[in-house]
Amino acid sequence: MSTFQLLNGLTFAALLFVVASGFTLIFGLLRIVNLAHGALYLLGGYVGFAVATKTGSFALGGLGAMAAIAAIGLVLDQGLLRFVRGNELRQVLLTLGFAFVLNDMALVIWGGDSFTVPIPQMLKGGMRVFGTFYPTYRLFVLATGIVVFAGLWLLLNHTRLGALIRAGVDDAEMVEASGVNIRRVFLVTFLLGSALAGLGGLMGGAFLSLYPSADAEILVFSLAIVIIGGRGSLVGVGVGSLLVGLLNTLGQVMFPELAYFVIFGPMALLLAFRPLGLFGRAATT
Amino acid sequence: MTDVGSAEMKIAGMTGCAIGVVLVVLAVAAALPFVLSNYQVGLATEMLIFGMLAMSIDILAGFAGRTSLGHGAIFGVSGYVVVYASAQAGLPPAVAFVLGMIAATFVAIIFALLAVRTSGVYFLLLTLALGMIVWGICLRWTQVTGGENGMRGDVRPAFLVTHRAFYWAVLVATTFVSYAMWRFVRSPFGLTLLGIRDSESRMKSLGYNVPLHLFLGFAVSGFFAGIAGALYAMFNNFVSPSTVALAQSVEGVLMMIAGGVGTLFGGFVGAAAIITLENVVSAYTERWQTVLGLTFIVIMIFAPEGIIGTLRVILTRGQGDKEHSKNK
Repeated sequence: MSTFQLLNGLTFAALLFVVASGFTLIFGLLRIVNLAHGALYLLGGYVGFAVATKTGSFALGGLGAMAAIAAIGLVLDQGLLRFVRGNELRQVLLTLGFAFVLNDMALVIWGGDSFTVPIPQMLKGGMRVFGTFYPTYRLFVLATGIVVFAGLWLLLNHTRLGALIRAGVDDAEMVEASGVNIRRVFLVTFLLGSALAGLGGLMGGAFLSLYPSADAEILVFSLAIVIIGGRGSLVGVGVGSLLVGLLNTLGQVMFPELAYFVIFGPMALLLAFRPLGLFGRAATT
Repeated sequence: MTDVGSAEMKIAGMTGCAIGVVLVVLAVAAALPFVLSNYQVGLATEMLIFGMLAMSIDILAGFAGRTSLGHGAIFGVSGYVVVYASAQAGLPPAVAFVLGMIAATFVAIIFALLAVRTSGVYFLLLTLALGMIVWGICLRWTQVTGGENGMRGDVRPAFLVTHRAFYWAVLVATTFVSYAMWRFVRSPFGLTLLGIRDSESRMKSLGYNVPLHLFLGFAVSGFFAGIAGALYAMFNNFVSPSTVALAQSVEGVLMMIAGGVGTLFGGFVGAAAIITLENVVSAYTERWQTVLGLTFIVIMIFAPEGIIGTLRVILTRGQGDKEHSKNK
């Protein structure tokens, strides 16, 4: 693998990290497998695209995407999921139904064409890194991924909310028993996770472009990452993203038509030995 | 379920009453083509095929407690192989059909090897991811699968070309497959699956090899899904990535749930309901996906027991609900 391809893998991993970290936060704490996460990603991209082209500001596009997707997350969590609390299977299938509706609505509004979110002037062009000429924007994605990782790490390990989330992942009932309104922690986590999907959509929309089946592709990557990394582990998502991102790039270089197999292999191997993923722990309840 | 230990006379495992019901249903189903238009006969054929798919999912979901979101992929792989074998490789339809079933069983075996160690949501996630990988391969491996355009080819043997003839052929196949599935879930093996659904740890301590049973259950379920997929390919003479897409698995699961998890034959009720809904909705709007999604949400919130399950709840409530604690 050349440096260029390695960077491709790393930048893709950074994007995957942003999306999958939201997915695993929700899965880890709320025990909800949000299969609408891919649809939220795609919708975030579309909203970001619309805002960014209207206002001409990439940053506003990002904020708009995050706010809009968090709002949709609020509707999903408070409007629908509250009716099926405690039943994992029904929750999963409900989010799947929600994803179908979201995708179809996106198809109505934005049609079947593919869009690319405009990159701000500052991030256009390329720069020299490690001896190759590489697009600046993708380096920016890499940096954003690292910033999001650092931010989430600080949030989880050095704030009260983070401590509550971590405690909730281990045993939500105990947290509630000690006088914390765990429902509020759940909601904040759900909104944060959704917003991350929205942010990912905008970032991905600028270099992978947005088209109607992009949601399914990103969802399968997120699933692979969570299966590899384990439920609710930030480090797990990081490692999983790196693995999936690099393997996917490697696969595309070596067997362009069967790239999916290259992710599938390690996932299968891992499951044979660690059904809960690299950093997963068995649920306590 | 009907009581297994009754002293009544049984023919082929069925009581006289059950045989009567089955014969009446079959007679009505066989007579349908005489009163329906060609288009409606096509719909009825589709209902039978998808009913079979829903039942194959129910073998795992209702009897082993493992809901698979990858059966659409197994179903679709069979279809791809049937069309490829007959249209590209020029094999006779019967050989293509058998190859399709073998391919589906093979895919199911791979899925099963990976999935049997997981349960609950992890099982769902894993089968979903595996199904999507199959979809990705069908979409990208253009040389073999025809990519996004799919593959077309006249797969049906000459004597099944008309709508009616094909419907009857599917009806015969469905009858045999349904009977086989029914016998399967009521066999000692099927009862072991039920035991695993209810308490995995108990079955384990009783000395049953839980992963092996789940593996075999999955493979058998995939085999049946493969028969449905091969028939579907013959029905359409066409396969495309949407045949293996997540939506296919989801529709199958929805039909299974709409019919009632663990009712087996509810699969036909669910398939009939969803396909009828699809056709009614399609007459008014192109937004079938939205309606499908909304149906899913509504069923999950209001009728998770499905049509038959909900009816059963209402009926048992009418009889003074004594033993209605079996629902999880």
